[in-house]
Amino acid sequence: MNQLSYKAQRRLILFGFLIVPVALCLTFSYYPAASLIYYSFTDWTGTGWDMNWVGLDNYKQIFTEPEVFLALKNNAYYFVGGLIQVALSLWFAVILTSRLKGRYGFRVMLFLPYVLHSVATVIMFKNVYHLDYGSLNSLLRTIGLESWQQSWLGNPHLVNVSLAFISMWKYMGLNMVIFIGALQSIPSDLYEAGSIDGASGWQKFRYITVPSIKSVLSLMLLLTLTGALEAFDIPYIMMLGANGTSTFVVQTVDTAFKYQSFGLASAMAVVLLIIVIFFIIIQRKVLFREER
Amino acid sequence: MDTTKSPPLFTAFKYLTLLLALFVVFFPIYSVFVGAFKTQAEFYQSSALAFPADFFHFDNFKRVYEVGDLGLGFRNTLVILVCAVAGNVVLGTMVAYALGRFDFKLKTPIMGMYLVAQVIPMVTTQVATFSIIQNLGLYNTMGAPILLYLGADVLQIVIYLQFVNSIPKDLDESAMIEGASLFRIYRSIIFPLLGPATATLVILKTISIYNDFYTPYLYMPSQKLKVVSTAIYSFVGPNAAQLNVISAGILIIFIPTVVLFLFLQKYIFAGVTNGAVK
Repeated sequence: MNQLSYKAQRRLILFGFLIVPVALCLTFSYYPAASLIYYSFTDWTGTGWDMNWVGLDNYKQIFTEPEVFLALKNNAYYFVGGLIQVALSLWFAVILTSRLKGRYGFRVMLFLPYVLHSVATVIMFKNVYHLDYGSLNSLLRTIGLESWQQSWLGNPHLVNVSLAFISMWKYMGLNMVIFIGALQSIPSDLYEAGSIDGASGWQKFRYITVPSIKSVLSLMLLLTLTGALEAFDIPYIMMLGANGTSTFVVQTVDTAFKYQSFGLASAMAVVLLIIVIFFIIIQRKVLFREER
Repeated sequence: MDTTKSPPLFTAFKYLTLLLALFVVFFPIYSVFVGAFKTQAEFYQSSALAFPADFFHFDNFKRVYEVGDLGLGFRNTLVILVCAVAGNVVLGTMVAYALGRFDFKLKTPIMGMYLVAQVIPMVTTQVATFSIIQNLGLYNTMGAPILLYLGADVLQIVIYLQFVNSIPKDLDESAMIEGASLFRIYRSIIFPLLGPATATLVILKTISIYNDFYTPYLYMPSQKLKVVSTAIYSFVGPNAAQLNVISAGILIIFIPTVVLFLFLQKYIFAGVTNGAVK
Protein backbone atom coordinates (compact mmCIF):
# COMPACT_ATOMS: atom_id res chain seq x y z
CA MET A 1 0.00 0.00 0.00
CA ASN A 2 3.02 2.26 0.50
CA GLN A 3 3.23 2.93 -3.22
CA LEU A 4 -0.22 4.49 -3.35
CA SER A 5 -0.65 8.20 -2.86
CA TYR A 6 -2.23 9.26 0.43
CA LYS A 7 -5.25 10.46 -1.46
CA ALA A 8 -5.87 7.01 -2.92
CA GLN A 9 -5.12 5.41 0.43
CA ARG A 10 -7.60 7.68 2.11
CA ARG A 11 -10.33 6.59 -0.27
CA LEU A 12 -9.38 2.96 0.22
CA ILE A 13 -9.38 3.26 4.03
CA LEU A 14 -12.70 5.08 4.17
CA PHE A 15 -14.33 2.52 1.92
CA GLY A 16 -12.68 -0.55 3.43
CA PHE A 17 -13.14 0.50 7.04
CA LEU A 18 -16.73 1.65 6.79
CA ILE A 19 -18.35 -0.74 4.34
CA VAL A 20 -18.76 -3.70 6.70
CA PRO A 21 -19.95 -1.78 9.80
CA VAL A 22 -22.38 0.31 7.75
CA ALA A 23 -23.69 -2.78 5.99
CA LEU A 24 -24.21 -4.49 9.36
CA CYS A 25 -26.07 -1.51 10.74
CA LEU A 26 -28.30 -1.27 7.69
CA THR A 27 -28.99 -5.01 7.58
CA PHE A 28 -29.77 -5.52 11.25
CA SER A 29 -31.30 -2.20 12.26
CA TYR A 30 -32.80 -0.42 9.28
CA TYR A 31 -33.82 -3.27 7.03
CA PRO A 32 -35.74 -5.04 9.85
CA ALA A 33 -37.44 -1.78 10.79
CA ALA A 34 -38.43 -1.16 7.17
CA SER A 35 -39.66 -4.70 6.53
CA LEU A 36 -41.53 -4.58 9.82
CA ILE A 37 -43.56 -1.72 8.44
CA TYR A 38 -44.19 -3.68 5.25
CA TYR A 39 -45.24 -6.89 7.07
CA SER A 40 -47.60 -4.88 9.23
CA PHE A 41 -49.83 -4.39 6.18
CA THR A 42 -49.92 -8.12 5.37
CA ASP A 43 -51.36 -11.31 6.84
CA TRP A 44 -47.99 -13.11 6.85
CA THR A 45 -47.91 -16.11 9.21
CA GLY A 46 -44.13 -16.20 9.53
CA THR A 47 -43.72 -19.56 7.78
CA GLY A 48 -43.26 -19.69 4.04
CA TRP A 49 -43.48 -16.55 1.95
CA ASP A 50 -47.19 -16.45 1.21
CA MET A 51 -48.63 -13.16 2.26
CA ASN A 52 -51.51 -11.00 1.19
CA TRP A 53 -51.78 -7.26 1.40
CA VAL A 54 -54.49 -6.51 3.98
CA GLY A 55 -54.14 -2.76 4.23
CA LEU A 56 -54.86 -1.36 7.65
CA ASP A 57 -56.63 -4.47 8.97
CA ASN A 58 -53.91 -5.29 11.48
CA TYR A 59 -53.93 -1.78 12.86
CA LYS A 60 -57.72 -1.81 13.06
CA GLN A 61 -57.51 -5.05 15.02
CA ILE A 62 -55.03 -3.54 17.48
CA PHE A 63 -57.16 -0.51 18.13
CA THR A 64 -60.44 -2.39 18.39
CA GLU A 65 -59.30 -5.32 20.53
CA PRO A 66 -58.99 -4.01 24.06
CA GLU A 67 -56.67 -6.87 25.20
CA VAL A 68 -53.77 -5.46 23.24
CA PHE A 69 -53.81 -2.17 25.05
CA LEU A 70 -54.71 -3.72 28.39
CA ALA A 71 -51.18 -5.14 28.36
CA LEU A 72 -49.89 -1.57 28.62
CA LYS A 73 -51.44 -1.50 32.11
CA ASN A 74 -48.81 -4.05 33.12
CA ASN A 75 -46.09 -1.88 31.60
CA ALA A 76 -47.24 0.87 33.97
CA TYR A 77 -45.98 -1.18 36.93
CA TYR A 78 -42.48 -1.14 35.44
CA PHE A 79 -42.75 2.59 34.85
CA VAL A 80 -43.75 3.37 38.44
CA GLY A 81 -41.02 1.00 39.66
CA GLY A 82 -38.60 2.81 37.37
CA LEU A 83 -39.51 6.21 38.82
CA ILE A 84 -38.93 4.96 42.36
CA GLN A 85 -35.66 3.49 41.15
CA VAL A 86 -34.52 6.83 39.69
CA ALA A 87 -35.35 8.61 42.96
CA LEU A 88 -33.51 5.99 45.04
CA SER A 89 -30.49 5.95 42.76
CA LEU A 90 -30.26 9.74 42.90
CA TRP A 91 -30.39 9.63 46.69
CA PHE A 92 -27.62 7.04 46.91
CA ALA A 93 -25.56 8.82 44.26
CA VAL A 94 -25.76 12.08 46.23
CA ILE A 95 -24.78 10.54 49.56
CA LEU A 96 -22.04 8.43 47.98
CA THR A 97 -20.38 11.48 46.44
CA SER A 98 -20.42 13.29 49.80
CA ARG A 99 -17.62 12.75 52.28
CA LEU A 100 -18.80 9.42 53.60
CA LYS A 101 -16.50 6.72 54.94
CA GLY A 102 -16.60 3.54 52.89
CA ARG A 103 -18.33 5.16 49.90
CA TYR A 104 -16.29 3.23 47.32
CA GLY A 105 -17.20 -0.09 48.91
CA PHE A 106 -20.88 0.87 48.99
CA ARG A 107 -20.78 1.86 45.30
CA VAL A 108 -19.33 -1.50 44.34
CA MET A 109 -21.82 -3.47 46.42
CA LEU A 110 -24.88 -1.56 45.22
CA PHE A 111 -23.76 -1.91 41.58
CA LEU A 112 -23.25 -5.66 41.90
CA PRO A 113 -26.80 -6.77 40.87
CA TYR A 114 -26.34 -5.14 37.48
CA VAL A 115 -23.53 -7.51 36.48
CA LEU A 116 -25.31 -10.67 37.65
CA HIS A 117 -26.63 -12.94 34.92
CA SER A 118 -30.13 -11.78 34.00
CA VAL A 119 -31.87 -15.14 33.59
CA ALA A 120 -30.23 -16.52 36.73
CA THR A 121 -31.38 -13.40 38.60
CA VAL A 122 -34.99 -13.93 37.62
CA ILE A 123 -34.80 -17.59 38.65
CA MET A 124 -33.17 -16.55 41.93
CA PHE A 125 -36.21 -14.38 42.63
CA LYS A 126 -38.44 -17.31 41.83
CA ASN A 127 -36.82 -18.99 44.83
CA VAL A 128 -37.14 -15.86 46.96
CA TYR A 129 -40.86 -15.47 46.16
CA HIS A 130 -41.74 -19.17 46.49
CA LEU A 131 -44.91 -19.55 48.58
CA ASP A 132 -43.80 -22.39 50.85
CA TYR A 133 -40.02 -22.55 50.62
CA GLY A 134 -39.19 -19.00 49.56
CA SER A 135 -36.79 -16.96 51.66
CA LEU A 136 -39.01 -13.87 51.70
CA ASN A 137 -41.85 -15.64 53.49
CA SER A 138 -39.28 -17.30 55.77
CA LEU A 139 -37.90 -13.89 56.66
CA LEU A 140 -41.36 -12.54 57.47
CA ARG A 141 -42.02 -15.57 59.68
CA THR A 142 -38.71 -15.12 61.48
CA ILE A 143 -39.33 -11.47 62.34
CA GLY A 144 -42.88 -12.19 63.49
CA LEU A 145 -44.79 -10.73 60.56
CA GLU A 146 -46.51 -14.01 59.66
CA SER A 147 -49.63 -12.22 58.52
CA TRP A 148 -47.62 -10.40 55.82
CA GLN A 149 -46.72 -13.65 54.08
CA GLN A 150 -47.99 -13.68 50.55
CA SER A 151 -48.21 -15.73 47.43
CA TRP A 152 -45.93 -13.21 45.72
CA LEU A 153 -46.32 -14.64 42.24
CA GLY A 154 -49.75 -16.25 42.67
CA ASN A 155 -51.70 -13.25 43.87
CA PRO A 156 -52.84 -11.40 40.72
CA HIS A 157 -52.80 -8.06 42.54
CA LEU A 158 -49.22 -8.49 43.65
CA VAL A 159 -47.50 -10.39 40.90
CA ASN A 160 -46.66 -7.37 38.73
CA VAL A 161 -45.30 -5.49 41.71
CA SER A 162 -43.09 -8.49 42.54
CA LEU A 163 -41.83 -8.58 38.95
CA ALA A 164 -41.23 -4.83 38.70
CA PHE A 165 -39.25 -5.04 41.93
CA ILE A 166 -36.75 -7.41 40.25
CA SER A 167 -36.09 -4.77 37.63
CA MET A 168 -35.51 -2.13 40.34
CA TRP A 169 -33.22 -4.50 42.20
CA LYS A 170 -31.15 -5.11 39.11
CA TYR A 171 -30.87 -1.60 37.64
CA MET A 172 -30.77 0.74 40.66
CA GLY A 173 -26.97 0.48 40.91
CA LEU A 174 -26.51 1.21 37.22
CA ASN A 175 -28.54 4.43 37.46
CA MET A 176 -26.67 5.34 40.63
CA VAL A 177 -23.25 5.05 38.97
CA ILE A 178 -24.44 7.15 36.02
CA PHE A 179 -25.66 9.83 38.46
CA ILE A 180 -22.37 9.67 40.37
CA GLY A 181 -20.53 10.37 37.11
CA ALA A 182 -22.72 13.41 36.51
CA LEU A 183 -22.42 14.66 40.10
CA GLN A 184 -18.63 14.41 40.08
CA SER A 185 -18.46 16.75 37.12
CA ILE A 186 -20.14 19.57 39.08
CA PRO A 187 -17.35 21.96 40.21
CA SER A 188 -17.05 21.98 44.00
CA ASP A 189 -16.64 25.78 44.24
CA LEU A 190 -20.34 26.07 43.37
CA TYR A 191 -21.13 24.28 46.62
CA GLU A 192 -18.55 26.32 48.53
CA ALA A 193 -20.14 29.51 47.25
CA GLY A 194 -23.52 28.14 48.28
CA SER A 195 -22.25 27.38 51.79
CA ILE A 196 -20.82 30.88 52.16
CA ASP A 197 -24.21 32.29 51.22
CA GLY A 198 -25.71 30.12 53.94
CA ALA A 199 -27.61 27.64 51.77
CA SER A 200 -28.95 24.53 53.51
CA GLY A 201 -28.21 21.05 52.23
CA TRP A 202 -31.62 20.83 50.60
CA GLN A 203 -31.26 24.26 48.99
CA LYS A 204 -27.90 23.25 47.56
CA PHE A 205 -29.45 20.07 46.16
CA ARG A 206 -32.40 21.95 44.71
CA TYR A 207 -30.55 24.94 43.24
CA ILE A 208 -27.09 23.56 42.43
CA THR A 209 -27.28 19.78 42.01
CA VAL A 210 -30.59 19.39 40.16
CA PRO A 211 -29.96 22.10 37.52
CA SER A 212 -26.44 20.77 36.89
CA ILE A 213 -27.57 17.22 36.17
CA LYS A 214 -30.78 18.12 34.38
CA SER A 215 -29.79 16.56 31.07
CA VAL A 216 -28.76 13.26 32.68
CA LEU A 217 -31.93 13.31 34.78
CA SER A 218 -34.17 13.82 31.79
CA LEU A 219 -32.30 11.14 29.83
CA MET A 220 -32.82 8.78 32.75
CA LEU A 221 -36.54 9.50 32.88
CA LEU A 222 -36.77 8.87 29.14
CA LEU A 223 -34.90 5.58 29.48
CA THR A 224 -37.20 4.62 32.36
CA LEU A 225 -40.21 5.25 30.17
CA THR A 226 -38.92 3.44 27.09
CA GLY A 227 -37.51 0.66 29.28
CA ALA A 228 -40.96 0.20 30.85
CA LEU A 229 -42.64 0.15 27.43
CA GLU A 230 -40.17 -2.49 26.26
CA ALA A 231 -40.31 -4.60 29.47
CA PHE A 232 -40.01 -8.17 28.34
CA ASP A 233 -37.52 -10.61 29.82
CA ILE A 234 -38.60 -10.57 33.46
CA PRO A 235 -42.30 -11.41 32.89
CA TYR A 236 -41.40 -13.76 30.04
CA ILE A 237 -38.77 -15.79 31.88
CA MET A 238 -40.62 -15.84 35.18
CA MET A 239 -44.20 -16.45 34.09
CA LEU A 240 -44.25 -16.78 30.28
CA GLY A 241 -46.68 -13.90 30.54
CA ALA A 242 -49.20 -15.97 32.53
CA ASN A 243 -51.36 -14.79 35.47
CA GLY A 244 -51.95 -11.38 33.95
CA THR A 245 -48.29 -10.41 33.67
CA SER A 246 -48.12 -10.13 29.90
CA THR A 247 -46.57 -6.82 28.81
CA PHE A 248 -46.92 -5.28 25.37
CA VAL A 249 -43.73 -6.87 24.04
CA VAL A 250 -44.57 -10.27 25.55
CA GLN A 251 -47.85 -10.08 23.65
CA THR A 252 -46.07 -9.07 20.47
CA VAL A 253 -43.64 -11.97 20.74
CA ASP A 254 -46.46 -14.42 21.49
CA THR A 255 -48.52 -13.13 18.58
CA ALA A 256 -45.59 -13.67 16.25
CA PHE A 257 -44.08 -16.93 17.41
CA LYS A 258 -46.88 -18.66 19.32
CA TYR A 259 -49.94 -17.66 17.27
CA GLN A 260 -48.04 -17.39 14.00
CA SER A 261 -49.43 -14.00 13.01
CA PHE A 262 -46.32 -12.08 12.02
CA GLY A 263 -48.42 -9.50 10.24
CA LEU A 264 -50.36 -8.52 13.34
CA ALA A 265 -47.23 -8.74 15.51
CA SER A 266 -45.39 -6.41 13.11
CA ALA A 267 -48.20 -3.89 13.38
CA MET A 268 -47.94 -4.07 17.18
CA ALA A 269 -44.19 -3.52 16.97
CA VAL A 270 -44.71 -0.52 14.69
CA VAL A 271 -47.19 0.96 17.18
CA LEU A 272 -44.62 0.53 19.96
CA LEU A 273 -41.90 2.05 17.81
CA ILE A 274 -44.08 5.10 17.13
CA ILE A 275 -44.87 5.52 20.84
CA VAL A 276 -41.16 5.32 21.74
CA ILE A 277 -40.11 7.80 19.05
CA PHE A 278 -42.91 10.13 20.16
CA PHE A 279 -41.55 10.23 23.72
CA ILE A 280 -37.97 10.73 22.49
CA ILE A 281 -39.02 13.74 20.45
CA ILE A 282 -40.91 15.17 23.44
CA GLN A 283 -37.85 14.74 25.67
CA ARG A 284 -35.55 16.41 23.12
CA LYS A 285 -37.99 19.30 22.67
CA VAL A 286 -38.36 19.91 26.40
CA LEU A 287 -34.64 19.65 27.00
CA PHE A 288 -33.64 21.97 24.19
CA ARG A 289 -36.29 24.54 25.02
CA GLU A 290 -35.00 24.74 28.58
CA GLU A 291 -31.42 25.02 27.43
CA ARG A 292 -32.24 27.98 25.26
CA MET B 1 -19.13 17.58 43.92
CA ASP B 2 -20.21 18.76 47.37
CA THR B 3 -17.43 18.25 49.89
CA THR B 4 -18.96 19.97 52.91
CA LYS B 5 -19.58 17.83 55.98
CA SER B 6 -23.09 16.88 57.12
CA PRO B 7 -24.37 17.01 60.72
CA PRO B 8 -23.88 13.69 62.58
CA LEU B 9 -27.59 12.83 62.76
CA PHE B 10 -27.93 13.17 59.00
CA THR B 11 -24.81 11.06 58.50
CA ALA B 12 -26.36 8.36 60.67
CA PHE B 13 -29.48 8.48 58.50
CA LYS B 14 -27.35 8.09 55.37
CA TYR B 15 -25.72 4.96 56.78
CA LEU B 16 -29.10 3.60 57.81
CA THR B 17 -30.45 3.84 54.25
CA LEU B 18 -27.25 2.34 52.87
CA LEU B 19 -27.42 -0.63 55.22
CA LEU B 20 -31.04 -1.16 54.29
CA ALA B 21 -30.13 -1.11 50.59
CA LEU B 22 -27.28 -3.57 51.17
CA PHE B 23 -29.69 -5.87 52.97
CA VAL B 24 -32.10 -5.76 50.01
CA VAL B 25 -29.26 -6.38 47.55
CA PHE B 26 -27.70 -9.27 49.43
CA PHE B 27 -30.77 -11.00 50.86
CA PRO B 28 -31.72 -12.85 47.63
CA ILE B 29 -28.06 -13.72 46.98
CA TYR B 30 -27.67 -14.98 50.54
CA SER B 31 -30.72 -17.19 50.21
CA VAL B 32 -29.54 -18.93 47.03
CA PHE B 33 -26.09 -19.22 48.56
CA VAL B 34 -27.24 -21.15 51.64
CA GLY B 35 -29.79 -23.11 49.60
CA ALA B 36 -27.17 -24.36 47.17
CA PHE B 37 -25.35 -26.36 49.87
CA LYS B 38 -28.43 -28.10 51.32
CA THR B 39 -29.56 -31.62 50.57
CA GLN B 40 -33.02 -31.96 49.16
CA ALA B 41 -34.62 -33.07 52.44
CA GLU B 42 -32.76 -30.37 54.32
CA PHE B 43 -33.89 -27.69 51.84
CA TYR B 44 -37.56 -28.47 52.20
CA GLN B 45 -37.46 -28.92 56.00
CA SER B 46 -35.19 -26.18 57.28
CA SER B 47 -35.90 -22.47 57.11
CA ALA B 48 -34.77 -20.86 53.86
CA LEU B 49 -32.60 -18.55 55.94
CA ALA B 50 -30.82 -21.24 57.98
CA PHE B 51 -27.21 -22.18 57.29
CA PRO B 52 -26.77 -25.55 55.58
CA ALA B 53 -25.61 -28.46 57.75
CA ASP B 54 -22.49 -28.80 55.65
CA PHE B 55 -20.84 -26.08 53.56
CA PHE B 56 -18.83 -28.79 51.80
CA HIS B 57 -21.87 -30.46 50.33
CA PHE B 58 -21.13 -30.03 46.63
CA ASP B 59 -23.58 -32.60 45.21
CA ASN B 60 -25.97 -29.93 43.92
CA PHE B 61 -23.18 -28.24 41.98
CA LYS B 62 -22.15 -31.54 40.41
CA ARG B 63 -25.73 -32.43 39.55
CA VAL B 64 -26.66 -29.12 38.02
CA TYR B 65 -23.45 -29.12 36.00
CA GLU B 66 -24.21 -32.56 34.58
CA VAL B 67 -27.99 -32.39 34.19
CA GLY B 68 -28.00 -28.85 32.81
CA ASP B 69 -25.01 -29.59 30.62
CA LEU B 70 -23.43 -26.35 31.84
CA GLY B 71 -20.03 -27.40 30.51
CA LEU B 72 -21.42 -27.29 26.99
CA GLY B 73 -23.17 -24.01 27.78
CA PHE B 74 -19.96 -22.37 28.97
CA ARG B 75 -18.00 -23.68 25.97
CA ASN B 76 -20.54 -22.38 23.45
CA THR B 77 -20.83 -19.06 25.25
CA LEU B 78 -17.05 -18.70 25.17
CA VAL B 79 -16.82 -19.39 21.44
CA ILE B 80 -19.54 -16.84 20.67
CA LEU B 81 -17.99 -14.31 23.04
CA VAL B 82 -14.49 -14.52 21.60
CA CYS B 83 -15.63 -14.28 17.98
CA ALA B 84 -18.18 -11.52 18.55
CA VAL B 85 -16.04 -9.39 20.86
CA ALA B 86 -12.91 -9.65 18.68
CA GLY B 87 -14.85 -8.73 15.57
CA ASN B 88 -16.64 -5.98 17.41
CA VAL B 89 -13.36 -4.39 18.55
CA VAL B 90 -11.82 -4.54 15.07
CA LEU B 91 -14.90 -3.03 13.41
CA GLY B 92 -15.43 -0.45 16.17
CA THR B 93 -11.86 0.87 16.04
CA MET B 94 -11.98 0.98 12.26
CA VAL B 95 -15.16 3.06 12.30
CA ALA B 96 -13.67 5.36 14.94
CA TYR B 97 -10.47 5.83 12.92
CA ALA B 98 -12.37 6.59 9.72
CA LEU B 99 -14.83 8.97 11.38
CA GLY B 100 -12.34 10.56 13.75
CA ARG B 101 -9.46 11.25 11.39
CA PHE B 102 -11.03 12.13 8.07
CA ASP B 103 -13.56 14.65 6.83
CA PHE B 104 -15.83 13.37 4.11
CA LYS B 105 -19.34 13.92 2.83
CA LEU B 106 -20.95 10.88 4.44
CA LYS B 107 -19.46 11.48 7.88
CA THR B 108 -22.46 13.18 9.48
CA PRO B 109 -25.04 10.86 7.87
CA ILE B 110 -23.14 7.82 9.19
CA MET B 111 -23.03 9.24 12.73
CA GLY B 112 -26.73 10.04 12.47
CA MET B 113 -27.44 6.55 11.21
CA TYR B 114 -25.88 5.00 14.31
CA LEU B 115 -27.69 7.43 16.59
CA VAL B 116 -31.12 6.73 15.14
CA ALA B 117 -30.50 2.97 15.07
CA GLN B 118 -30.15 3.11 18.85
CA VAL B 119 -33.75 4.27 19.12
CA ILE B 120 -35.27 1.26 17.35
CA PRO B 121 -36.36 -1.23 20.04
CA MET B 122 -34.47 -4.42 19.22
CA VAL B 123 -36.94 -6.83 20.81
CA THR B 124 -39.71 -5.80 18.50
CA THR B 125 -37.76 -5.83 15.24
CA GLN B 126 -36.69 -9.42 15.94
CA VAL B 127 -39.73 -10.53 13.96
CA ALA B 128 -38.09 -9.14 10.83
CA THR B 129 -34.50 -9.90 11.85
CA PHE B 130 -35.57 -13.51 12.22
CA SER B 131 -36.39 -13.77 8.52
CA ILE B 132 -33.01 -12.26 7.56
CA ILE B 133 -31.18 -14.82 9.66
CA GLN B 134 -33.26 -17.58 8.11
CA ASN B 135 -32.51 -16.36 4.60
CA LEU B 136 -28.79 -16.22 5.35
CA GLY B 137 -29.03 -19.86 6.43
CA LEU B 138 -27.73 -18.98 9.88
CA TYR B 139 -30.74 -20.21 11.86
CA ASN B 140 -29.57 -22.71 14.47
CA THR B 141 -25.90 -21.91 14.02
CA MET B 142 -23.51 -19.90 16.17
CA GLY B 143 -23.19 -17.55 13.22
CA ALA B 144 -26.54 -15.97 14.10
CA PRO B 145 -25.66 -14.52 17.53
CA ILE B 146 -22.09 -13.70 16.44
CA LEU B 147 -23.34 -11.69 13.50
CA LEU B 148 -25.98 -9.94 15.60
CA TYR B 149 -23.46 -8.98 18.32
CA LEU B 150 -20.81 -7.90 15.83
CA GLY B 151 -22.17 -4.51 14.83
CA ALA B 152 -20.96 -1.40 16.63
CA ASP B 153 -23.45 0.58 18.68
CA VAL B 154 -23.53 4.29 19.19
CA LEU B 155 -22.13 4.11 22.74
CA GLN B 156 -19.08 2.27 21.47
CA ILE B 157 -18.50 4.76 18.66
CA VAL B 158 -18.88 7.75 21.00
CA ILE B 159 -16.37 6.36 23.50
CA TYR B 160 -13.87 5.44 20.79
CA LEU B 161 -14.23 8.80 19.06
CA GLN B 162 -13.42 10.64 22.30
CA PHE B 163 -10.21 8.63 22.52
CA VAL B 164 -9.29 9.08 18.86
CA ASN B 165 -9.74 12.84 19.18
CA SER B 166 -7.43 12.89 22.19
CA ILE B 167 -4.59 11.25 20.22
CA PRO B 168 -2.48 14.13 18.80
CA LYS B 169 -2.57 14.38 15.01
CA ASP B 170 1.19 15.05 15.07
CA LEU B 171 1.70 11.35 15.65
CA ASP B 172 -0.05 10.53 12.38
CA GLU B 173 1.84 13.24 10.53
CA SER B 174 5.29 12.22 11.70
CA ALA B 175 4.48 8.63 10.77
CA MET B 176 3.45 9.83 7.31
CA ILE B 177 6.75 11.68 6.93
CA GLU B 178 8.47 8.39 7.59
CA GLY B 179 6.36 6.89 4.84
CA ALA B 180 3.93 4.80 6.85
CA SER B 181 0.71 3.85 5.08
CA LEU B 182 -2.62 4.91 6.56
CA PHE B 183 -3.36 1.30 7.40
CA ARG B 184 -0.06 1.10 9.22
CA ILE B 185 -0.99 4.25 11.19
CA TYR B 186 -4.28 2.65 12.21
CA ARG B 187 -2.61 -0.61 13.19
CA SER B 188 0.51 0.68 14.92
CA ILE B 189 -0.61 4.01 16.39
CA ILE B 190 -4.38 4.37 16.70
CA PHE B 191 -5.34 0.80 17.60
CA PRO B 192 -2.78 0.42 20.45
CA LEU B 193 -3.56 3.89 21.86
CA LEU B 194 -7.26 3.00 22.01
CA GLY B 195 -6.33 0.26 24.50
CA PRO B 196 -8.02 1.67 27.62
CA ALA B 197 -11.27 2.34 25.74
CA THR B 198 -11.09 -1.15 24.25
CA ALA B 199 -10.68 -2.65 27.72
CA THR B 200 -13.82 -0.89 28.94
CA LEU B 201 -15.85 -1.82 25.88
CA VAL B 202 -14.69 -5.44 25.86
CA ILE B 203 -15.84 -5.88 29.46
CA LEU B 204 -19.21 -4.22 28.92
CA LYS B 205 -19.81 -6.18 25.72
CA THR B 206 -18.77 -9.44 27.41
CA ILE B 207 -21.24 -8.87 30.23
CA SER B 208 -24.07 -8.00 27.87
CA ILE B 209 -23.46 -11.00 25.59
CA TYR B 210 -23.09 -13.35 28.55
CA ASN B 211 -26.39 -12.06 29.96
CA ASP B 212 -28.32 -12.04 26.71
CA PHE B 213 -31.09 -14.58 26.70
CA TYR B 214 -33.30 -13.59 23.83
CA THR B 215 -30.87 -13.93 20.90
CA PRO B 216 -29.69 -17.49 21.63
CA TYR B 217 -33.20 -18.53 22.72
CA LEU B 218 -34.69 -17.37 19.45
CA TYR B 219 -31.95 -18.24 16.97
CA MET B 220 -30.33 -21.37 18.43
CA PRO B 221 -32.99 -23.70 19.85
CA SER B 222 -30.81 -26.76 19.17
CA GLN B 223 -29.72 -28.66 22.29
CA LYS B 224 -26.13 -28.79 21.02
CA LEU B 225 -25.98 -25.01 20.79
CA LYS B 226 -27.00 -24.40 24.38
CA VAL B 227 -25.40 -21.33 25.94
CA VAL B 228 -25.34 -20.41 29.63
CA SER B 229 -28.57 -18.37 29.40
CA THR B 230 -30.58 -21.05 27.64
CA ALA B 231 -29.09 -23.82 29.84
CA ILE B 232 -30.34 -22.18 33.05
CA TYR B 233 -33.64 -21.34 31.38
CA SER B 234 -34.34 -25.04 30.88
CA PHE B 235 -34.56 -25.35 34.67
CA VAL B 236 -37.75 -23.34 34.83
CA GLY B 237 -41.03 -24.64 33.54
CA PRO B 238 -42.46 -28.13 33.67
CA ASN B 239 -39.10 -29.96 33.85
CA ALA B 240 -37.93 -27.77 36.70
CA ALA B 241 -35.25 -29.23 38.91
CA GLN B 242 -35.30 -29.14 42.72
CA LEU B 243 -34.87 -25.70 44.20
CA ASN B 244 -31.59 -26.58 45.94
CA VAL B 245 -30.10 -27.84 42.66
CA ILE B 246 -31.29 -24.72 40.82
CA SER B 247 -29.70 -22.57 43.52
CA ALA B 248 -26.35 -24.21 42.86
CA GLY B 249 -26.78 -23.53 39.12
CA ILE B 250 -27.55 -19.87 39.78
CA LEU B 251 -24.37 -19.50 41.85
CA ILE B 252 -22.19 -21.12 39.19
CA ILE B 253 -23.60 -18.81 36.54
CA PHE B 254 -23.15 -15.73 38.72
CA ILE B 255 -19.44 -16.33 39.28
CA PRO B 256 -17.84 -15.29 35.93
CA THR B 257 -19.28 -11.77 35.71
CA VAL B 258 -18.83 -11.14 39.44
CA VAL B 259 -15.13 -12.02 39.19
CA LEU B 260 -14.79 -9.85 36.10
CA PHE B 261 -16.51 -6.98 37.88
CA LEU B 262 -14.52 -7.19 41.10
CA PHE B 263 -11.18 -7.15 39.29
CA LEU B 264 -12.03 -4.67 36.56
CA GLN B 265 -14.57 -2.34 38.21
CA LYS B 266 -12.54 0.72 37.25
CA TYR B 267 -13.14 0.06 33.55
CA ILE B 268 -16.80 -0.81 34.00
CA PHE B 269 -17.56 2.37 35.94
CA ALA B 270 -15.63 4.42 33.38
CA GLY B 271 -17.66 2.97 30.51
CA VAL B 272 -21.04 3.32 32.22
CA THR B 273 -20.52 6.96 33.22
CA ASN B 274 -18.97 7.95 29.90
CA GLY B 275 -21.78 6.58 27.84
CA ALA B 276 -24.58 8.38 29.64
CA VAL B 277 -23.06 11.80 30.17
CA LYS B 278 -22.51 12.28 26.44
